[in-house]
Amino acid sequence: MRKIPITLAAFGLAAYAGFALAATEGDAERGKEVANLCIACHQADGSGMHIEGGESWPRLAGLNATYFAKQIHDIKTGTRVNATMTPFVNMLDDQKIADVAAYYSQLEPTAGQGGANADEATLKRGQQLAERGDWSQYIVSCKSCHGPGNRGAGDVFPGIAGQHAGYIEAQLKAWKEGTRKNDPQDLMGSIARRMSDEDIHAVAVWLANQSASSK
Amino acid sequence: MMRKLLTVALSGTFAFSANLAANEDTTQAYIDQLTSMGFPAPKESQLVHIPPTMADLEEADIHPELKKVIRKGYDLFTNTQQLRGENVFNNMNCSSCHLGEGRMPFSAPIWPAAVTLPGYRGKNGHVNNLEERIAGCFTYSMNGKPLEYGSDNMLALSAYHQWLATGVEMYPKQPIYGRGFPAPERPAELSYANGEKLYEENCAVCHQEDGSGLRVDGHTVFPAPWGDMSNNWGAGIVRLFTAAGFIKNNMPLGQPNSLSDQEAWDIAFYMDSQERPQDPRYTGDVKETLEQFGPTFHKHSMYGQVREHDGKVLADHDNTGEKPFLKPDTIRSRNFD
Ligand code: HEC
Ligand code: HEC
Ligand code: HEC
Ligand code: HEC
Repeated sequence: MRKIPITLAAFGLAAYAGFALAATEGDAERGKEVANLCIACHQADGSGMHIEGGESWPRLAGLNATYFAKQIHDIKTGTRVNATMTPFVNMLDDQKIADVAAYYSQLEPTAGQGGANADEATLKRGQQLAERGDWSQYIVSCKSCHGPGNRGAGDVFPGIAGQHAGYIEAQLKAWKEGTRKNDPQDLMGSIARRMSDEDIHAVAVWLANQSASSK
Repeated sequence: MMRKLLTVALSGTFAFSANLAANEDTTQAYIDQLTSMGFPAPKESQLVHIPPTMADLEEADIHPELKKVIRKGYDLFTNTQQLRGENVFNNMNCSSCHLGEGRMPFSAPIWPAAVTLPGYRGKNGHVNNLEERIAGCFTYSMNGKPLEYGSDNMLALSAYHQWLATGVEMYPKQPIYGRGFPAPERPAELSYANGEKLYEENCAVCHQEDGSGLRVDGHTVFPAPWGDMSNNWGAGIVRLFTAAGFIKNNMPLGQPNSLSDQEAWDIAFYMDSQERPQDPRYTGDVKETLEQFGPTFHKHSMYGQVREHDGKVLADHDNTGEKPFLKPDTIRSRNFD
């Protein structure tokens, strides 16, 4: 099993939140052990689950390892707040975090859920927001940060295509309401605050229907 | 007062709806949105035009063949990298600098060129038409080789520009609201060190500390503000006031007008004091080139200047980046004497 070094290639990460993970190298094989703590919610294949009307469990399979590790550290230090996750991140030291991040990052991404029943007009609006944005409200297209196909760009901008609709929607609403603010420079927050709840829903269901891998 | 302004100066949007009252409301909402983002409201004398979107194109009552051409122009404008190696030799798309697909005010919206050209340009000292204006951005901003005049791609790209100007009169007498990259007032002192620090805090997360930007799967996500993959020394954005105007009004992405005037100028000074491919008008000697193009252009840039902190003479090289030539043969002067 290959080792995945988690480096701070993205300069931005070092600049805020006192996030100091620089040298911890993750071992996917050891990470598989750690993941036993996580499968109750995130599932054995890392697919997570869309839970209609409840708190969805995000897909972790294929997530960028540096982004992944940053989230765990953020939850640990309280810059990202989530009651469900807190007891589990508290079981992890820096090495375990790096290992489990390495493990999930090399799992094959699974399909997003929660977008199957969306109507055509909603999907069309969602696609517009994701690929072209709506400059009349200064909503920059998601792909200008989240990369081609919204499959992620570097270590800072995670892939959001093929994530569950319920999770995407919850995160955007959390940014809009100010309950998630662990993004660098308020980059995500300043977009989310300009979005209506309808637009948040539209882009979430459209993204859930897209593929997380470029194949 | 605002109402009066709108009925006088509003254009374009009329083409998409017969309902005047609704249009006034639309325009007011458009202006309110911009002012809420920190942009100034239009002055009474200014022309406000809301360019149509790609969704409007679907509805528009024009020939389906023309729609196809405009769509192709849009595609070239937003994914100019499809011409990489032929006409484009850096990581830019046209939309890398002209935000909102060329429609955003204060981000050099492109439609004004369609209604003000043919016209005289100081940069090359003769009368240019729309195709030549587009060729200019290819030559300098894309560090490239312009599309052939009259070619299919040139037709498509110019059709997109012209369609965005739908409904605006030719040679409008009023100044155009949000044209170009309006620069904030230049502060008394500019600081390279402060610019560097601010760049690292506000910009490097996307454009990288070394200015190389980020590409993923062969697509540009974050363009390169300097270096071989950036625009060359002849591009408008190397002028400090243009860069300061661009930054103040458009960056960090999604947060226009969040930097102070001093901050925008300091970052512009830092960014425009880095190396990039040679100006295609280079004579073989940086001093001579500066003498020739200083008065019309480089007096606003750092071209040929000594960088204070390390004594480096900027642009004293013959590096053309990935482009295998210096000057495209389409750069020529015209004269009707
Ligand atoms: C009881 C269910 C549960 C368990 C067990 C659990 N998680 Fe989570 N996890 C969640 C929920 C719910 C979220 C979404 C949090 C939010 O909404 O902010 C989440 C979010 C995450 C995220 C953020 C994903 C992203 O895209 O930002 C990571 C990373 C993560 N979990 C890793 C783990 C790891 C590693 C473990 C095991 C050590 C684990 N989780 C165990 C429920 C769980
Ligand atoms: C200006 C850049 C930018 C734009 C534009 C942007 N985002 Fe983000 N987004 C970010 C950053 C940065 C993060 C990572 C935050 C962090 O590190 O916690 C993020 C994270 C997210 C997340 C959380 C992912 C996860 O796994 O928890 C979602 C969902 C998201 N963005 C959706 C969107 C959508 C939908 C759009 C378009 C409407 C969008 N973003 C546009 C910068 C941006
Ligand atoms: C590196 C940044 C950059 C890129 C990339 C770029 N431009 Fe420009 N463009 C500028 C600047 C700067 C101006 C001058 C704005 C001003 O008037 O101050 C400009 C002006 C224009 C204008 C004239 C607008 C007016 O008000 O008359 C047109 C048309 C134009 N560009 C088209 C294009 C096209 C087409 C492309 C792609 C082939 C392109 N640009 C790529 C920076 C860029
Ligand atoms: C969230 C990512 C992000 C941040 C932060 C950001 N930019 Fe940009 N920048 C972009 C993107 C994306 C474009 C191209 C626009 C497009 O493709 O829609 C761009 C375009 C540019 C350009 C024109 C093209 C080029 O590369 O020369 C310059 C100059 C620029 N940015 C400078 C800055 C400066 C200076 C800052 C800091 C004050 C900054 N940017 C912050 C994402 C960002």
